[in-house]
Amino acid sequence: MKYTQGQYIIADKTAIAREIYSFTISCPEVAAVACPGQFVHIRAKGYTLRRPISICGIDKEKGTLRIVFEIRGEGTAEIAKLNKGDLIDMLAPLGHGFTVDPSYNKVILIGGGIGTPPMLPLTKAYGDKAVAISGFRNASAVILQDDFRKTGAETILCTDDGSAGIHGFVTQPLKELAEKGGIDAVYACGPMPMLKGVAAICKENGIFCQISLEERMACGIGACLGCACRTVRNDEEYFAHVCKDGPVFNAEEVLW
Amino acid sequence: MADLSVKVCGVDFKNPIIPASGVFGYGREYEELFPLDKLGGIATKGTTLHLRTGNIAPRIAETPSGMLNSVGLQNPGIDHFIETELPYLLTKDLVVLANIAGSTPDECAEVAAKLEDTDVHMIELNISCPNVKQGGAAFGTSCEMAAEVTKRVRAVTKKPLVVKLSPNVTSIADIAKSVEAAGADAVSLINTLLGMRIDINTGRPILHNNVGGMSGPAVFPIAVRMVWQVANAVKIPVIGMGGVSSGRDAIELMMAGASAVQVGAAIFTDPYAPVKIVEEMNDWLDSKGIASVNDIIGTVKPW
Repeated sequence: MKYTQGQYIIADKTAIAREIYSFTISCPEVAAVACPGQFVHIRAKGYTLRRPISICGIDKEKGTLRIVFEIRGEGTAEIAKLNKGDLIDMLAPLGHGFTVDPSYNKVILIGGGIGTPPMLPLTKAYGDKAVAISGFRNASAVILQDDFRKTGAETILCTDDGSAGIHGFVTQPLKELAEKGGIDAVYACGPMPMLKGVAAICKENGIFCQISLEERMACGIGACLGCACRTVRNDEEYFAHVCKDGPVFNAEEVLW
Repeated sequence: MADLSVKVCGVDFKNPIIPASGVFGYGREYEELFPLDKLGGIATKGTTLHLRTGNIAPRIAETPSGMLNSVGLQNPGIDHFIETELPYLLTKDLVVLANIAGSTPDECAEVAAKLEDTDVHMIELNISCPNVKQGGAAFGTSCEMAAEVTKRVRAVTKKPLVVKLSPNVTSIADIAKSVEAAGADAVSLINTLLGMRIDINTGRPILHNNVGGMSGPAVFPIAVRMVWQVANAVKIPVIGMGGVSSGRDAIELMMAGASAVQVGAAIFTDPYAPVKIVEEMNDWLDSKGIASVNDIIGTVKPW
């Protein structure tokens, strides 16, 4: 565990899709220790609870983190009001991230909707060993595809309505790749039905799978036990906590 | 520098600020941010005889100026607390209030008995958890049950016994008088207020437990009122809590009659809240030329 709380300068802010914002935050001490799959806990002015947002980019040289988030309610709307040059109050970096194994030769990274951003730093870690599959509702909801291409990974885009890329869900190309074989690991973040589908395909094909979960959260550091997730450890049911034990879990541990 | 030290049931606190049970675990996660020695005490996570897994998620919901929780007393059990968590906390320079709970008066007494041979400083008996089906608030909402469970725990412990009261009652002062008569050394209040939120798009309550305990700044005026009523009704010390998020709030609760103050939900907004509250109290006392925080306890001048 290594986290801090502080006020950091927003170095850049861009609206990248409808109600989806990208912040680049200057926070050298956080960037220095952050790993793919971790999150930051952001204070929303006027609200009791902080909002957990996954890390979309880690630049250790520049000392910056990038976050991409969607306005989901009043709290995220308040955070979205912050502008370039403003201070953002973060408790970070938090949680248990993805396992990055340099011995893997081919991995698949799957992001669904606003679950796509945390897959970007992981894709960067694997570069051309990665296939990045992203799924969105429609063409106007598509984000980060240029960023994924820049990592050197092969990219596959799917939309539910076929308005961009493959018409269908991310599970379709995953199934085809999984059945071809040679996949060392699958990583995913997105809506629960998608994660469930991904985990089932991986189980069927005997592929190691990690998924990133979300849950309503209070402290963010494992003290309050608010963000419970039913898991199995050593054959026993165990209420793990998304903030500390997760957000990344081995898919086989999770009780759906 | 004002003197911030207080004495509650003969136990010395270097300052009156204590993270409330449930928000702070057993302290380890916050030690990453600041030394626990800065705190007057810690009320540890409510601990039962055996491990409890707690309620199904979601357990947390935002409310205007506050939040709901329905964690449901998830904890590793008293043996784990005594073996692993308590020794760690006892290395710190602060008062350890072991918060305990049970489904029956017998279970509460059994948990308290296990603490008797430890060096824990105080026991805070939770008779007011709104999130468990048995025990919990059921003990705290009738004078007879509150007295019964207090008596049972009193019989097995010589440790200073603080009984934590539920605000979900018609007269909290009556409950306080009952537990005082049953042998409590102090009372702490208020636990959370029972609340509910519904997601109108799905028609489902946000909490899987449907209802949960409300805390945060929204409940602060209720805490002030109840602390004042209880302080006027009993002779034993009152530990106040409920929505405290600043040094001024803590001063206000002490004027209402609290001898020490617990801080809960404010820690989620700002993990440094308890430390800042200590500093703000000192600054306020200095600005008023008040030498000791003890000089403000119960000094409200009611109309």
